Amino acid sequence: MTAFAESFSLAIDLIAQADATLLHIVGLSLRVSFTACLVGALAGLWLGAWLAVARFPGHRLLVWGVNTLLALPSVVVGLLVYLLLSRSGPLGSWGILFTPTAMVVAQSILVVPLIAALTRRIVLDGLRDGGDQLRSMGAGELTAAALVLLHERFAVLTVLLTAFCRAIAEVGAVMVVGGNIDGMTRVMTTAIALETSKGDLPLALALGMLLLGVVGLLNGAIGLLPAREVQEAQRLV
Amino acid sequence: MNTTAFPTAAPAAELITLRDASVQFGSVKALQPLDLVLHRGDRLALIGANGCGKTTLLRLLHGLQPPSSGERRVHALQGRAPVQAMLFQRPFLLHLSVRLNLRLALWLAGVPGSEHAERMAEALHRVGLETTVQRQARALSGGQQQRLALARAWMLRPDILFLDEPTASLDPGSKREVEALIDEFARAGMTIVMSTHNLGQVKRLASRVIYLEAGRRVVDWPADRFFTDVLPPEAALFLKGELPWH
Repeated sequence: MTAFAESFSLAIDLIAQADATLLHIVGLSLRVSFTACLVGALAGLWLGAWLAVARFPGHRLLVWGVNTLLALPSVVVGLLVYLLLSRSGPLGSWGILFTPTAMVVAQSILVVPLIAALTRRIVLDGLRDGGDQLRSMGAGELTAAALVLLHERFAVLTVLLTAFCRAIAEVGAVMVVGGNIDGMTRVMTTAIALETSKGDLPLALALGMLLLGVVGLLNGAIGLLPAREVQEAQRLV
Repeated sequence: MNTTAFPTAAPAAELITLRDASVQFGSVKALQPLDLVLHRGDRLALIGANGCGKTTLLRLLHGLQPPSSGERRVHALQGRAPVQAMLFQRPFLLHLSVRLNLRLALWLAGVPGSEHAERMAEALHRVGLETTVQRQARALSGGQQQRLALARAWMLRPDILFLDEPTASLDPGSKREVEALIDEFARAGMTIVMSTHNLGQVKRLASRVIYLEAGRRVVDWPADRFFTDVLPPEAALFLKGELPWH
């Protein structure tokens, strides 16, 4: 109990002091995971929508593959990206290993299957309800899928939040491809891992609390969106 | 096949023709092969028990369901393909404002943007929903949502309007309002194809009735004959069940 109380108090102190190093770590974590989510959303939303409406030989195998990749261990993604980006790898000439860009690449790969699988489910359910109506109005299959995503935008937002949480909470991939370099590629999860290995458990736990706090704030903000829309609708009535 | 063909006194323009068209879902024959011609100005009601193939025939005529065998032909009307729209039992409206729902329908139909405002205003006025333009479509009552769906369909100026049990989930007041609108559209020259369980509605709205049983067309008669002449036994039984006073 003492460790938890100490950690909690330390977390408050860290926030109150607005320590520059800590702010950099939090900022980098948010920036990397947000960018990875954006990239992952561009690929995952399209892939999920396409998988929901496309029919071709091997379609079921591809869906199975995407669903299986939901369990992709982040450290394996890190290893694959490391092999690709290392000097002897096929993309070694890019010279981005141990940079935030490499971390974005790894986290993007990690979230694409998650976004695609959940998006496919949203589109399938939406088309079951309104597919005939949308097709009747002249929408092609992909247009109908896009309209369903617009219709279910809060569900999509929840998917993106889930993906963001998956990205910001993972440690394996960013550790391998980022290298946890102080002031360069150190993010909250790698900092927690480092402090734990150094034995500074209260600081590690405090950073963990901060991480949860940041995600909690984001979640709360997104949770408020539908309520605001309803209020707006009521105001207009 | 125990079918009576609908005799046309003066031939009206053919809009859609089915030739030996059938629909099969896996091993289930949802619709037995049939020939059918939809003429301009028809007010066709498809009736029958649940699962008899009404909705399948409606979807086949509209083109949402391709035939498993046979063919469906859409005939040109004044040199262009007839415009079609469909109203479903539970209208699907997007989680958007009334205005955006209508605008999307116009965009999907390829209506030029310069015509959007006028068509939307006209359609909303027609169904008495002018004041709801900024409201969330899904926040409207069931009857209002169905009227909005009718406005969305009417706004496209369809030559053929397909209706799948359009008043099945509405209260009596909303039912009357929607029926009145359908009648008004039909009087304006729109061809109507409607599936329904409501025989009173068939009497009020239809000029032609197709009775289906287990995917087979049993009767295809003018509406006045359907309610007065001696029907084939299965159709007579259905009518008796639906209209105990008949």
